Amino acid sequence: MSASLVDIRNVSHRFGQQAVLKNVSLTIEPGSYTILLGPSGSGKTTLLSILGGFVTPSEGKVFIRGEDCTSVPPAKRPTTTVFQDYALFPHMSVGSNVGFGLRMQGVDGATRTAKAREALALVGLAAAFDKKPHQLSGGQRQRVALARALVIEPAVLLLDEPLGALDLKLRRQMQDELKAIQKRVGTAFVHVTHDQEEAMALAGHCVVMNDGRIEDEGAPELVYARPATRFSATFMGESTILSGTVTEAKDGSVTIATPAGAISLPGSAAAGAKVALAVRPEHLVLGEAEGHVSLGAAKVSDVVFQGSFKRVLATSAFDPALQFIAKAPASATVRPGDTVAVSCKAADIILLAN
Amino acid sequence: MSVAGNRSRALPRAGRALPWALVTPALGWTLAFFVLPFIAMGLSSLTAHEGGGFTLANYSQFFTDPSYWRAMVNSLEVTAIVTVISILLAYPFAWILAEQVPERWQRLALMLAVLPFWTSYVVRSYSWLLVLAQNGVINRTLIGLGLIAEPLQLANTRFATVTGFVHFFVMLLTLTIFANLKQLSPSYRKAAADLGAGPVRTFLHVVLPLTLPGIMVGAFLTFVLCIGDYITPQILGGNNELVMPQLVMMQIGRRGDFPLASALSIILMAVVTVAYLACARWLKIERA
Amino acid sequence: MRAIVRTAAWLYAIAIYGFIFLPVIVLVLFSLQATSFPIPPFTGPSLRWYQAVLSDTRLTSALVNSLLVAILSSAASVTLGFLSAWGFARFTLPGSALLRGLITLPLTVSYLIIGMGLLVLFNWAGVPKSLLAAGIGHVVINLPLCFAVIYSQMGDHQINIERAARDLGAPEWKLLLLITVPVMAPAIFAGFFLSMTFSWDEFVISFLLTRFDTTLPVEIWNLLRSGLNPKTNAVGSLVFAVSIVLVVFFELTLLRRKPA
Repeated sequence: MSASLVDIRNVSHRFGQQAVLKNVSLTIEPGSYTILLGPSGSGKTTLLSILGGFVTPSEGKVFIRGEDCTSVPPAKRPTTTVFQDYALFPHMSVGSNVGFGLRMQGVDGATRTAKAREALALVGLAAAFDKKPHQLSGGQRQRVALARALVIEPAVLLLDEPLGALDLKLRRQMQDELKAIQKRVGTAFVHVTHDQEEAMALAGHCVVMNDGRIEDEGAPELVYARPATRFSATFMGESTILSGTVTEAKDGSVTIATPAGAISLPGSAAAGAKVALAVRPEHLVLGEAEGHVSLGAAKVSDVVFQGSFKRVLATSAFDPALQFIAKAPASATVRPGDTVAVSCKAADIILLAN
Repeated sequence: MSVAGNRSRALPRAGRALPWALVTPALGWTLAFFVLPFIAMGLSSLTAHEGGGFTLANYSQFFTDPSYWRAMVNSLEVTAIVTVISILLAYPFAWILAEQVPERWQRLALMLAVLPFWTSYVVRSYSWLLVLAQNGVINRTLIGLGLIAEPLQLANTRFATVTGFVHFFVMLLTLTIFANLKQLSPSYRKAAADLGAGPVRTFLHVVLPLTLPGIMVGAFLTFVLCIGDYITPQILGGNNELVMPQLVMMQIGRRGDFPLASALSIILMAVVTVAYLACARWLKIERA
Repeated sequence: MRAIVRTAAWLYAIAIYGFIFLPVIVLVLFSLQATSFPIPPFTGPSLRWYQAVLSDTRLTSALVNSLLVAILSSAASVTLGFLSAWGFARFTLPGSALLRGLITLPLTVSYLIIGMGLLVLFNWAGVPKSLLAAGIGHVVINLPLCFAVIYSQMGDHQINIERAARDLGAPEWKLLLLITVPVMAPAIFAGFFLSMTFSWDEFVISFLLTRFDTTLPVEIWNLLRSGLNPKTNAVGSLVFAVSIVLVVFFELTLLRRKPA
């Protein structure tokens, strides 16, 4: 028995010939907000379906509250799912939708109504009890779906791209609400998304997935500041990536030959190993700076004004394949065609295991 | 995209005449060969077969002659029986095709299920006659098995008419109900299962109510096609028990009594219209 | 439990398939009967009734008539249906909803009544019974169908494609030929195919509106007067076989290309 609420052990899954999950292990703590982040086809939705019981994995086990739930049907496991299209039953009122799970448990009508009203109040829709789903807006339907799933008090609530169908402004607003509701009910949420901003805003624990594997996981700040892999460094926020070869490694410091010259930084890797270095846009400095690592000269190809800053794209003078992505202050005077020196602090360079 | 936007961009080059030139032929055809005949039929129904001025005699004949009444009652009874039996048979069948048959075989299974559609309608009824006749397949088989001594009277009965109709409408309703079941988002079923409903309760509480509007449309279609059909009752039911279309054709065929045939047609159409108005509420159920 | 449901489902499906196929099997089987009655016991196989059908000039000419009426009336239906659908979809016309309702109205009326109306009208107007009269009736029943099928497929997407073409300088008639018709081809074809099917199989209108030259369903009806006859089986089986070949052909050529 482990202390984790959910323990996914070595799960693999294939659809026909295609492997969609490759030996994935993950634990989820009680009361946590876990985000599965990844592009489409990364296996995140399949992992959620396995958690929810809609898919039985080809290999591996799923433990929930210490019990082996690998092939327990959805109805019998302590999870509920908020579906991407909400799946509100169109022929039932909002109240009946929310009360449906309790009705299936044989809860009597009066208790059902009371609990459904309570759940609707929790999501701020107390007034919608007698309405039909089609009378509600997208954001309201989303909240009804949430209430319907929460009212049966699951141990884990699974959300499949719950904000995908909403427009940007509503999505940001619902993010805050989701987080507040999760805090209030204390249920563990597992939320699938491809939107990294959503992930950063919501996650207590962020799981970055790609090609059927977990690339990286941890608190979103940590994943952003110290991405473990090249994919994670480019999917969760942007990065400039320098490929290189380790030429020297001693005393917790390595020297790496890159297209922009030799770079020394703290870290460990075997000499001769192929590695990648990542630098976040806000850490790149345009122009020489005292005590910085020089990354050589680059020709600015594009400057995009983003409001509070300018996003600058520049091509290295040494290697046309090397693209710098930098964040310059809004007041910067840099223009396309300018040649600038690029540098950064050694401590801001992230050594990625390749 | 606003309609006004459409028009302002489309019309400058098109001019006002083009749209009317496009729709006038179809409208003209409908007016000349659908509306006008209907008016002609209406006028004709108000004349007497023997000539003379306008009269309501054709209508009063229908309402006073019990044998005419009987045809209407027969029509309604046969149609109701056919509609109910066809739905009861087709729904489980469509459900099996949609849910039990593996996805890759469904198209083939459905094509097979409606294959006899491609025989001609007249021939299909005739085929049932072969099956149900005095010396037909069923009677010969039952006698051969020693289950009956004398052939059963199956052809030229209401049973035969209903069988022929049910055969046709089971195929039609299987198509419509199948399409309905496939259109249901799978997440409804998943959601119900997730919330603790077993297969039976998922079906009763979610799948059945959500396919009900489709069933109503199918039932209405069955009603309209069944009550207006002449071929099946004529071939299979024979003349023992007349339904309305047979009565209409009889006026034309034997006596050339167009006014009475017109009046009976209009009454038949009125019944369908009433049924439509009664069903309209259900036919228009919108799905969110 | 699950196994019981599966078994019951299979048995039920087999029973329904049996019911659906029973008359067709009997029809085809006894079309091969060697003797003069299409009733058990089976005495064939023999092709004598097929020979009888093919050498019956009334039947073969009815078949040609049927094809002619089906093709011409479907072509007329799809042309009128397409033009009006285009007109209603692209332009705002006063009373558009009402006029569209009028065009689709015949769909809700039974063939018998449409045929009756035309019979009374033609009788008054002195128009003789003929294949042309039946063809006119077939356009009445198929025009609304073509209109509905094509109109439902004229969405915003098509409108935008046309706008783009107009924007690039295509005159109206080129737009129609080069853009609208090709883009709408699947719907136009579906309308034509449906119309063909309905016209080919239509009985009561043809029965009421033709006299000497008539269509195949009416000729088959006339055969029925002779009671149970393997010749009827043979002609029915032939119609069935031709229809199946056409359906399979269309399924393989047209529907396969259809994007999901």
